[in-house]
Amino acid sequence: MTREGGLLLEAEGLAVRFGSVRALDGVSLTVRAGEVQALLGENGAGKSTLIKCLSGVVRPTGGRMVLCGRRIEPRSPHEAERIGIATVFQEVGLIPRLSVAENICLGREPGRRWLRGLVDWRAVRSRARAAMDRLGLGGLDVDRELGTCSVAVQQMVAIARALDVRARVLILDEPTSSLDRDECARLLGVIGHLRAQEMGIVFISHFLDQVEAIADRVTVLRDGKLVGSFEAAGLTRAKLVSLMVGREFEMPTGKRETTGERGAGSLLSLRAFGRSGMIEGVDADVGAGEVVGLAGLLGSGRSETARLVFGAETATRGTMTFGGEASRFTTPRQAIARGIGMLPENRKEQGIFPSLSVVENLVVSLRAKDGAFSRLAFGSQVALAEEFVRQLGIKTADVHAKISELSGGNQQKVLLARWFAMRPVLLILDEPTRGIDVAAKADVLRAVDRLRGEGTAVLFISSELEEVTRVCGRVVVLRDRRSVAHLEGSDITEASVLAAVARTA
Amino acid sequence: MKLHRLVSATPVLATCALLVGLFAFGAISYPNFASAAVVRNLLVDNAFLVVAAVGMTFVIISGGIDLSVGAAMAFSATLAAALIEAGGVHPLAAAAVVLAAGLAFGLVQGVLIAVLDVPPFMVTLAGMFLARGAAFAVHPQSRGITHPFVATTLNETLAMHLPLGARGVTIPPTVVVMLLVLIGAWVLLRHARFGRAVYAVGDDACAARLMGLAVRRVKVGVYTLCGLTSAVAGLLFALYQQSGDPASCKGMELDVIAAVIIGGTLLRGGAGSVIGTFAGVMILGLIQTIISFQGDLSSWWTRIVAGGLVLVFLLLHQGIGVVARRVGRTADRQG
Repeated sequence: MTREGGLLLEAEGLAVRFGSVRALDGVSLTVRAGEVQALLGENGAGKSTLIKCLSGVVRPTGGRMVLCGRRIEPRSPHEAERIGIATVFQEVGLIPRLSVAENICLGREPGRRWLRGLVDWRAVRSRARAAMDRLGLGGLDVDRELGTCSVAVQQMVAIARALDVRARVLILDEPTSSLDRDECARLLGVIGHLRAQEMGIVFISHFLDQVEAIADRVTVLRDGKLVGSFEAAGLTRAKLVSLMVGREFEMPTGKRETTGERGAGSLLSLRAFGRSGMIEGVDADVGAGEVVGLAGLLGSGRSETARLVFGAETATRGTMTFGGEASRFTTPRQAIARGIGMLPENRKEQGIFPSLSVVENLVVSLRAKDGAFSRLAFGSQVALAEEFVRQLGIKTADVHAKISELSGGNQQKVLLARWFAMRPVLLILDEPTRGIDVAAKADVLRAVDRLRGEGTAVLFISSELEEVTRVCGRVVVLRDRRSVAHLEGSDITEASVLAAVARTA
Repeated sequence: MKLHRLVSATPVLATCALLVGLFAFGAISYPNFASAAVVRNLLVDNAFLVVAAVGMTFVIISGGIDLSVGAAMAFSATLAAALIEAGGVHPLAAAAVVLAAGLAFGLVQGVLIAVLDVPPFMVTLAGMFLARGAAFAVHPQSRGITHPFVATTLNETLAMHLPLGARGVTIPPTVVVMLLVLIGAWVLLRHARFGRAVYAVGDDACAARLMGLAVRRVKVGVYTLCGLTSAVAGLLFALYQQSGDPASCKGMELDVIAAVIIGGTLLRGGAGSVIGTFAGVMILGLIQTIISFQGDLSSWWTRIVAGGLVLVFLLLHQGIGVVARRVGRTADRQG
């Protein structure tokens, strides 16, 4: 689908330096009216920096930007919005305790005629309704407190806020990373709706199927440089990925090999396991040296099952056998003491210590395991960290760099390494690849496979079926908070998992 | 849809219900409790606290804290007494000077907190010592205010007589000032852009900044406002006591914080209301009244009950918040 709309935004030869690092090196970008442009690249390719230039967060050190024929130099997101470039950043920055309407208008509320400082609530509401209407969501109660809405709705509100000013260009930074399938479809529908209104949309996503579904054009960045801009129609997925990573590319597979035993001798075994109001009943077995996937839609009970096993919440139903003993953990401490590790879903909450170095972030859980006062020689800490940096392909200047200087995908790898270093008996990974690029994903999956080869049992949760089918030797399919199917070996395909999810009881 | 709106209003409703319940309890337990005189005394005895608590409400909603309130009140009262009695300044002019001083004091604290990014706890702790010391520097002892304008005009001529109860009640101007401050603060917080920004900053300062709000200016604003209300409260206190005492109002900032918390304002910011704060102060006052009606309980029981209430309300508000959001999201997913 190619549209030849008028030229809206033209950036030419943009360059940004942070110290001696060239974050952006002569990148050009054009956005046309009525076009969705996907911006792709690995973590650290310069996507974020590019949109920060366009939205006025960062001032480019070189190049120029032209919006509708006029040269622009936005100095703040505010100014960029005013001239017509609206941006929705990755972390939805809204105020949960205020209403939907207030969140859309905050900071630019219409005032009363006789006293500008007082808010004209009727105008606020009607403006909010108009903005939501534009997204085709006119039915939402704009007086609702934002925090009581689902993440998807909050995301839509963020977009509505961005559109409230007369935006001609809308930039969306990974808007779908925390949405489930249905919600994504809804958001893509909204984007299509806006495209029909002759808006220019720049869309960053790691999900290639979404890019294929919605993009008219694809711009690929790598290492701060422009690789090229392509019509989406003639682009295969394989071609896209190799453009992004700069080499021919293959995802690892490891599911067919299983070194451990199964069934009766399994390490972890759940029978009708659950908690009232949370999980109805899950049957599952995980053996040493085996990767078992938990698949299902968002809300089917994947993460909840993981939390029950880990003792983050206490099970009230069924049985759990771990290492041959009936077990029921009431705190994560108990689970950790038995050699269980868990990488939770939400990266922000799982304990990155931003001002500490990569090494320190890595050894912190070893400290928890061995006691805070046990001595861990500095040299061996560094050696350990360097080993993992190499194994997982963590991109960092050196192991003493602050972790906050690393890109999101690399931070995720450090967190994984933290658990790997503990040598857990069972590792639970809840969405370990969310929000990271294709190459980092491959590194993570490869690392999981290596861990499996060393005899660790892995419980693997991912919304991306492709990953599940590649990495898991067995898959337990969940639906409506109970396990509904068990797939094994070559039976595991995206189609068979989806069929199990979709099958009516 | 109405459900979660009701739920988010629950903290204030709970506070008001408690206020009504306490009053009913007093009315049933003691003869003469349910009278205009008791209500009048409740308002008169707590007017200065309400005004101080209003400023504190803004500060706490914005996610901050102000420990200097009690000392600033003592300073204001002492300064007013000194200007009127020793300086021969007209009480109205003295009040203007005190208000300006309070405003400036709050402004400086706000600038230190917002611009230099010093934690509010530390800045206002320093402010508390400074204001207390300054109060003693102005005059080391309590000084009575005998100026005729204060003694006669304000307390008698301007007092309102309402034909309530057997002998009628007299409402002094302090209560009127309190009501005006309450109404003004309600409009400012509820319907002015500044007030909405205070909520936003308290809930998530980073998001507020990304949304284009002037976070620093908002913070400077709330501390300046709190300095001003402390000065007003100090003046009301001087009027109530007919004196200015540099040793007075010790620890009053903590009473004020307790009232704000009981009133449903979240200590971590982002939620609260002046109506709740008013109810919170009245609850503390009612407990004191009930204990004095009881007669055989020591006044320390007021503190014990207040401590328990603060704890209960902290837990209650925490629980309500968690439940409300969960209910809303579940409804959203199903809907």
